[in-house]
Amino acid sequence: MSLLGYVFMQRALIAGTLIGATAGAIGVYVVLRGFSFIGAGIAHAAFGGVAIALLLGIEPLWGALAFSLAVAWAIAYTSRRAAIKEEVAVGILFAASMALGIFLLSFVPGYRADLFGYLFGNILSVSSHDLLVSFVLAGLVFTAVAVLYKEFLFITFDPGMAEVSGFPVGVLQGLLLSLVALTVVLSLRVVGAVLVAALLVIPAATAYQLVQDFHRLLFLSALLGIAEVVGGLIISFYLDTPSGPTIVLLSAALFALVMFLRKRSP
Amino acid sequence: MKPVVELVDVWVELGGHTVLEAITMRVEEGEFVSVVGPNGAGKTTLLKVILGLVAPQRGEVRVFGRPPRDLGRDRARIGYVPQVEEIDLRFPLRVIDVVLMGRYGILGLGRRPRREDRRAALEALELVGIRELAGKLIGELSGGQRQRAFLARALAAKPKLLLLDEPTTGVDPAASESFYELLRKIQEEDVTILMVTHDVGVVSRYVDKVACINRRLVVHGRPEEVVTSEALAEMYGCAALFFHHGRIPHMVVRPHTDFREEGK
Repeated sequence: MSLLGYVFMQRALIAGTLIGATAGAIGVYVVLRGFSFIGAGIAHAAFGGVAIALLLGIEPLWGALAFSLAVAWAIAYTSRRAAIKEEVAVGILFAASMALGIFLLSFVPGYRADLFGYLFGNILSVSSHDLLVSFVLAGLVFTAVAVLYKEFLFITFDPGMAEVSGFPVGVLQGLLLSLVALTVVLSLRVVGAVLVAALLVIPAATAYQLVQDFHRLLFLSALLGIAEVVGGLIISFYLDTPSGPTIVLLSAALFALVMFLRKRSP
Repeated sequence: MKPVVELVDVWVELGGHTVLEAITMRVEEGEFVSVVGPNGAGKTTLLKVILGLVAPQRGEVRVFGRPPRDLGRDRARIGYVPQVEEIDLRFPLRVIDVVLMGRYGILGLGRRPRREDRRAALEALELVGIRELAGKLIGELSGGQRQRAFLARALAAKPKLLLLDEPTTGVDPAASESFYELLRKIQEEDVTILMVTHDVGVVSRYVDKVACINRRLVVHGRPEEVVTSEALAEMYGCAALFFHHGRIPHMVVRPHTDFREEGK
């Protein structure tokens, strides 16, 4: 039976397309701001949220959403106060949420198998309900990027000047990090909490080597994201490997290939 | 003449340190003023106070007659050229897109740049003499060209007050001089200019007034008064600057010599 014959695979591929496009586009901001680590921090916080949701018996995605949004705004807030450095705040939240997640999950009977899926992704796990949520989250992310295109570009390139020009830089930064959070939650089922940060970095870093115009960079990164997630899903289907690592390895290989070819061409 | 910038007894404390102390100064409409002083003297903080980014603990600040935080739409009448080190030059943006950001303040939240914004950006590039570089990436420009691009960004909104923070850092002397010439040309279009700089010597040939700051306002006056003043000799931060950058060192080495007598 061909891969599209399976309903779970159809759902995974649709979700994968949404994930690739959003992670690719949002990844451009993550890479240009140089805050790759923040993606990892938010992803691990999301995992803590999943654990609490499982313990309370509510939908895991809601737990992930609440936790990752809370961490996104906490980072935006601490980065505006000079008392603690951004990376330090992320470093603490990141480890604490992950630890909390594992700690709490040890109290949840029968969910151990599923745990692996939340950490490394599982293509079997995308329900039709998840798919609906994915559409809503991806829609929110793209609407925000389209409406606040100029603002996000401004605070990424030159936050100081954005502030001088009267833009609410703190709120915009919180919103941009919220989009990172939404992307993480959207990707959680398929890519897993451990590896989602890679998806926020690799497609954008690959595209950055190929184009030098911000607008094109957004599009190319989104396209690369789709190609890498969908390609990785197909490979993981045939090799029967966890989807997250397969996607990330494919992305990393493509990044290395582009870097190698660019070095050789003048 | 109306004061464009007015500070009365301004005190600023940052992280437990007094950065600015009892600063009182006025910048009149149409003046070109340079702010000089040693590193850590509070020059950048002074600009931030005028921009409303730093609120003083004590004292009054007025820009166009109002506190900077209450400027509202008039905020767009302030053009600002920040220090270039704060900007990532590998950012994938073209010069025209960077200059267009100078219009963002007028546009406000959620509105996209339109044709007239693009026209204003190109005019600003024309004014600073690098219109032909509009399509280049910002990272491809030389130091002097980049400085002009950031000046064009500040001019794109047609400001009445222009604030510059060390605009000629990393720019070679010839390019710096032509940059100052350009500022003089802009001043003639009724733009008030306040420029923070290290370049004490050369700049005094272009500006109307020099304000020497070392936490306190040490002197503020015409360049020939400032470089010969006793106050300057007292203030060793500024004097040290003259020694090291010494383009007119004889004026400072012997501060008691009367420059005006000598000049005649």
